[in-house]
Amino acid sequence: MFVRGLKRKCFDGEEDIDGTLAGIKAIPSYNLQRQSLLDMSLVKLQLCHMLVEPNLCRSVLIANTVRQIQEEMTQDGTWQMINTQSTGQASLDRLVSTDILCRSSREQAEGKHVAGYSTFNKDFEGDQAQDSSETMSTASSVQALRNLQSNVWEMENPQENKGNFQKSLDQIFETLENRSPNSVEDLFSEVDNSYYDLDTMLTGMMSNTKMGHCDGLETFSSPTTTTSNSNCKSDLNELDHIVEILVES
Amino acid sequence: ADIISTVEFNHTGELLATGDKGGRVVIFQREQESKNQPHRRGEYNVYSTFQSHEPEFDYLKSLEIEEKINKIRWLPQQNAAYFLLSTNDKTVKLWKVSERDKRPEGYNLKDEDGRLRDPSMITVLRVPVLRPMDLMVEATPRRVFANAHTYHINSISVNSDYETYMSADDLRINLWNFEITNQSFNIVDIKPANMEELTEVITAAEFHPHHCNTFVYSSSKGTIRLCDMRASALCDRHAKFFEEPEDPSNRSFFSEIISSISDVKFSHSGRYIMTRDYLTIKVWDLNMENRPIETYQVHDYLRSKLCSLYENDCIFDKFECVWNGSDSVIMTGSYNNFFRMFDRNTKRDVTLEASRENSKPRAILKPRKVCVGGKRRKDEISVDSLDFSKKILHTAWHPSENIIAVAATNNLYIFQDKVN
Repeated sequence: MFVRGLKRKCFDGEEDIDGTLAGIKAIPSYNLQRQSLLDMSLVKLQLCHMLVEPNLCRSVLIANTVRQIQEEMTQDGTWQMINTQSTGQASLDRLVSTDILCRSSREQAEGKHVAGYSTFNKDFEGDQAQDSSETMSTASSVQALRNLQSNVWEMENPQENKGNFQKSLDQIFETLENRSPNSVEDLFSEVDNSYYDLDTMLTGMMSNTKMGHCDGLETFSSPTTTTSNSNCKSDLNELDHIVEILVES
Repeated sequence: ADIISTVEFNHTGELLATGDKGGRVVIFQREQESKNQPHRRGEYNVYSTFQSHEPEFDYLKSLEIEEKINKIRWLPQQNAAYFLLSTNDKTVKLWKVSERDKRPEGYNLKDEDGRLRDPSMITVLRVPVLRPMDLMVEATPRRVFANAHTYHINSISVNSDYETYMSADDLRINLWNFEITNQSFNIVDIKPANMEELTEVITAAEFHPHHCNTFVYSSSKGTIRLCDMRASALCDRHAKFFEEPEDPSNRSFFSEIISSISDVKFSHSGRYIMTRDYLTIKVWDLNMENRPIETYQVHDYLRSKLCSLYENDCIFDKFECVWNGSDSVIMTGSYNNFFRMFDRNTKRDVTLEASRENSKPRAILKPRKVCVGGKRRKDEISVDSLDFSKKILHTAWHPSENIIAVAATNNLYIFQDKVN
């Protein structure tokens, strides 16, 4: 289980801090640790193996932890602080993740509804009897979403789906600007490349064999891997395009 | 050999079943004790091996369904054959394991090779006789209970009426009749109308050993609910609710995660339940809901390492726990191939290790100790040297004797009491 680009600050060994010193230093240190925990949790929610349905219990526990941190940060007033922060101050990762959290909480507050998805809620309840092909293709499209973010139960919750998906994409876009091609490749190796081939997705052509993420790459995309930024950019444009389609449907 | 994912003795202790990640079930049988070799008390040998579940693909969700066996539960023996339930994430199967040690010989219409004989050539009639043959153990699937769970099955439990059983997934519990595979009753449903509101899942469930109307289920928030099926068809309202108030001094962001109950087991007497959460084992009296009567620390030295354990996902490991036959000792696993036993009467506890390197066959296990800080004594192991990839999640205790089965990743260890 690797964690990318996060500061490894943990609560462990906190009790070793000297008493008086702790009084002075503990407060910023606690915020830092809390933030790091938040980042870690968000990554955990997104980086799950998507071949098998992820563990719902684990997802729920992590989500509850995130909520808990969020609540505490709101009470602290730390929340407002981060909201108004301009770019360039903290690390990019942290900004991205708190931006994510802001967005999801805003969406929750407003209770947005995307028309095309609202019918989805009921239909996807593991109901075997899906007749309409329209629902089927929507199902496959949401499948594409799930390939990118891993909250199982959010399948039932399309608006949050879209939010999470959006933020996952944003995260990739932002880090893309600043990272080397190698890590870009790594980033995309996490993404199931069947995503790129929307047609294949919609016809439900996932083959009945065990696919590692690497195999997925071979099966669906062209043999060339994304080694240059220009390739990535075009793939990003495709992703963008796909997002547009999903949003509009 | 694959990673063992469940271990279970049958009701007499004669058989021991293990399920693995590859969907296979291996059953061991205890040797008959012989007077010739009294020092070799009945050892367990492989009795039957079969493929219980295969990997499947859910085309609607485009996801694989793992063949890993999550639980095996035996039915009490009612005739010469043995029956067990085995389940993966989605499907429960009833298997019949039976022996064949005789075969009929001397058919009239076919010869020994099975070729049909020409009826006109038959001049004498004979009665086929049963002749002994090499023992053959066959496992056949008798029932397949499928398509009843949207979420992953974590528990199955055979009812004391021997006619029904329940299967529990993250959000629902279903009641089945063994004879009926195309229907089940939903008896618990905690799925919220809006999945956004989901904050709690079912983690384990079990029927009362004697009262066929009573069962318990545990949750990810550290609570246990006891339900009475006589009260209503859908047991969404509990009859009893067991929860220990939180200790405010120990509160952290990980409090909820470590309070999540990974296993719940009734005592054989039916009077108590035992729950396992990440750091402790608790014994509850069914008559007292507000706190457990006993709490045992399994590996409290991990409390200061919770953040690291969260990072590497170990904090989500689901340890099981077991009672001994007389309900006087409880056992559970830990890391580094350690497992722990707690004597409820003497209040003594011991840490033992299941590893080939550190103990020879038939040698008495040496108690182990984890040192927390400061000076490490010679035989102790420090917390930072613990191997968190070697976890003992599944153990079983013989129903009447002091024989235990311990699954250490892909190895099965069977330990017995010392023979005097």
